[in-house]
Parts: sequence; structure tokens; C-alpha cells
Amino acid sequence: MKVLVPSALRSYTGASHVDAAGDTLLGLFADLDQRYPGLRFRVVDEQQRLRPNMRIFVNGLGVRDLSHLLQPGDFVAIVLALSGG
Amino acid sequence: MNSSPTRLALLVATRKGAWLFRGDGQRNDRTVDGPHFLGHNISHMQLDPRDGRTLLAAAKTGHLGPTVFRSTDLGATWKEARQPPAFDKPSNSLPARAVDHTFWLTPGHASERDTWYAGTSPQGLFRSEDGGVSWTPLPSVNDDPQFREWMGSAQDGTPDGPKLHSITLDPRDPAHLLFGMSGGGVHESRDAGRSWTTLIDGMEVVEGFDAATVTFHDPHCVRICPSNPDRLYQQNHCGIYRLDRPGTTWQRIGRSMPAEVGDVGFPMVVHPHDADIAWVFPMDGTDVWPRTSPAGRPAVYMTRDGGHTWQRRDHGLPQQQGWWTIKRQAMTVDAGPEPALYLGTTSGELWIGHDGGSRWTNIARHLPEIYAIEVAELK
Repeated sequence: MKVLVPSALRSYTGASHVDAAGDTLLGLFADLDQRYPGLRFRVVDEQQRLRPNMRIFVNGLGVRDLSHLLQPGDFVAIVLALSGG
Repeated sequence: MNSSPTRLALLVATRKGAWLFRGDGQRNDRTVDGPHFLGHNISHMQLDPRDGRTLLAAAKTGHLGPTVFRSTDLGATWKEARQPPAFDKPSNSLPARAVDHTFWLTPGHASERDTWYAGTSPQGLFRSEDGGVSWTPLPSVNDDPQFREWMGSAQDGTPDGPKLHSITLDPRDPAHLLFGMSGGGVHESRDAGRSWTTLIDGMEVVEGFDAATVTFHDPHCVRICPSNPDRLYQQNHCGIYRLDRPGTTWQRIGRSMPAEVGDVGFPMVVHPHDADIAWVFPMDGTDVWPRTSPAGRPAVYMTRDGGHTWQRRDHGLPQQQGWWTIKRQAMTVDAGPEPALYLGTTSGELWIGHDGGSRWTNIARHLPEIYAIEVAELK
């Protein structure tokens, strides 16, 4: 599936859109970390929680539960929360 | 004239990136190298004195989680740690925790090549045995129910998070460690971190609280004297202290500071060759704790007699309307025969204090808020 990567993480991916796979968001981040080592920990903490001020959208809908199930054609956007201007 | 054959670099960690000011042995003709990691909060940057080339930088951004960057070529290139400091899964029925940022970095003992220690917020102690590539938590601190009670939760800490700091090694014994927690006291291990004893006797706490309760103790910075490792100095939330081992009771040496200045502050710096000499940078800790220089007149205070008397050292610093202050890692000293002090201010200025702070000269202005400075001896 396609993943939109924010500018703050492009030092890992080198691109704004990347391909990755996973049955859940946690699985997706595991795959992203395989491809781009270190990326996951900047977004997901060691207790498998989405970090504060990070947001995930799946097909345009906000999701915080990282066990959220994914389908192969889903579009996942990783976004820095717009907080404070 | 002061001189040193060693090339020095100032490692400057700021709220918006890191800079290296590379100098010659005369403490001038510096070249500026930076910013590195522009936009990252760099809590601390340290050189490995064992090889003189490896740098570690503790980083995060406003949104992204924490990490550690590592350079083996003095900052020409950087690579991220494969496994940055991170807590284990919860145990002992304790709440799960996540590292918000790595706050403090300490190279390990000279005899333990590639060993490093890190302190985090919320409070945690971590060790690396591969030069900072991977980090493992110390369960004797991080998962110990008694320590966790002393640490409290993030809700119990300061606005930017409770810190584990001042990780200190005895140069005579790699198994002898100390650290401080803001808040949560000073703790000592003599078995490389497997077990710990609390070292708070003599330390005072905020009026109305019980000094026997470890969690109320807030050491801001603890330093061991390289020339006499049996002597420790401490800048605390409640005063300046000295401890001479094997004694276990801290003596409040800040009582002899001028009353209008007080003995509140964050950094504590000790002389590299004379354990009777130390420096502090007092801060306004009255009322709502403005955390500025007292009366807007920044100054270092120096003792030459182990804290019995203190002398003001402000020649060259602003004499009025100087409302900046110094964070606990942002004052340091080099190891020259007549050592110079260095200040990094919350207003982004870098200063050198020649002859132990007798004459202050500005090195840089307009940097971001400075969190930490270290003097590195390049090989």
C-alpha cells in the first residue's frame, strides 16, 4: 500500500510516498522499519503507542489504534499534528 | 598568557540543533561547524575521550520521538543509533513508560572502551557497550518499585519532564557510579549498577516537607573532583553542597553565599586540578522561580576553599539587564593549567571566562537556547 511520509521523516525514506505492507498499522510500521531503519521509533514508542503529536490517517480517516486492520489498497498518511500554529 | 598544546572543541547542544566551535590550543581562532540536526532539540553532545573522535548527540524534535546520533569522524558524518534508549515492557505491576528524550550522556570508564551511560526523561538509566549503537535499560533503577516511587510520574516532574542526570564515574573504579534525579535524590552503586544506596543525608528540601522522604530531594547537578574523587560537589534546588568521602553527609556550603544572591542554581563545575576550587552560577529562585540571573546581573561565583567563601566573577559580563541564565549542562571548564570556564546561555550566547572566570569574553551570539556545552580535547 502507499504511505505518505511527512517531511520530518524523509531523511529516512528519501521520498514523500513509499510502498509498505502490513495487516495492521503496527505491522506496517514494522515493515517500514525494515525498509528504513529507525523510522518506527520516531513515530511509535517502545510500548507500541503512537507518540503524542503524531497522527495517522487511513483513507482519510484519523486512527490512533495501531492494531487497526489494513487492506492492501489502503492509503496511509503519517502526519505531524498541527498544534499551536 | 594561557596556553595549551591540546586542540579544543566546544560542543554546543541547543534547542534547535548542535554546533562545534573548533579552536586551537590557545583558545582562540575558532571555526564554527554547524548547525548539525537543524530543528532538533539536542539535549547533550559528548566526545568519547577514549578515542578523541566519536561524538554522541541526544536528539528529538517537537513531534518525533527520541534518538541518539553517533559520529566516528568528529561530526563530518552521523549515523543513528540502531537501538536508542527505550524502556522495557512494564514489570512488577508498574505503569508502562516511554522515553520522551535522552537528557544526559556520560562516556564510560577509561578502562571500559565503548561503554556509555545515558539518563532520560522520564527518569531512566541506560548503558551501551558498543559505543552508543545500542542501549539497554538498567532494571535495578528503571523497574525497581522503590525507585519508581521516588521518581513519581511525569505529572510529578518539572514542565519539560523529570530528569535522570549527573551520571558520574569514579576514575579509580569503573564499578563505582553515581547519578541524580530531579526529583528523586542522589544514588550510588559500587557494583556497576546492580544495586544502589541513597546518598541524601544533609541535603535539604523545600520548607514544610520531610527531608527523610527521598522523592522530595532535587539535586540539580552533581560533580566529582578529578583531582580528588573522594570529593563531590552538588548544586541542589535547595542550596550548594559538598561531600567528602568516606563521609555520607552533605555539607551545605552555599550558606556563605551573599544573601541577596542566594545559593539556588543549576550548574556545578569543579576545577580539573584543585578540589578546593569550584564554580556555580546563581539563579533567581524566589517567588515563582523566575529562573533568571538574580537582579538581571549574571555572575559566576567561585570558591577557592571548598565552599567556605565565595567570590563574584562577572568582569566582562552584562552589568545590568542581563536576564538570561544557565542550564545545568551549560557551564563547563577545560583542563588547561589555568583553566577557562565556558557558559552557554538560555539566550543563545556563548562565553569564555579566562583565568577561571576572571575575564569574560563573548564567543558567539544569536544561537538558539543553549542546553549544554562540553569541552572536547581532540586527538
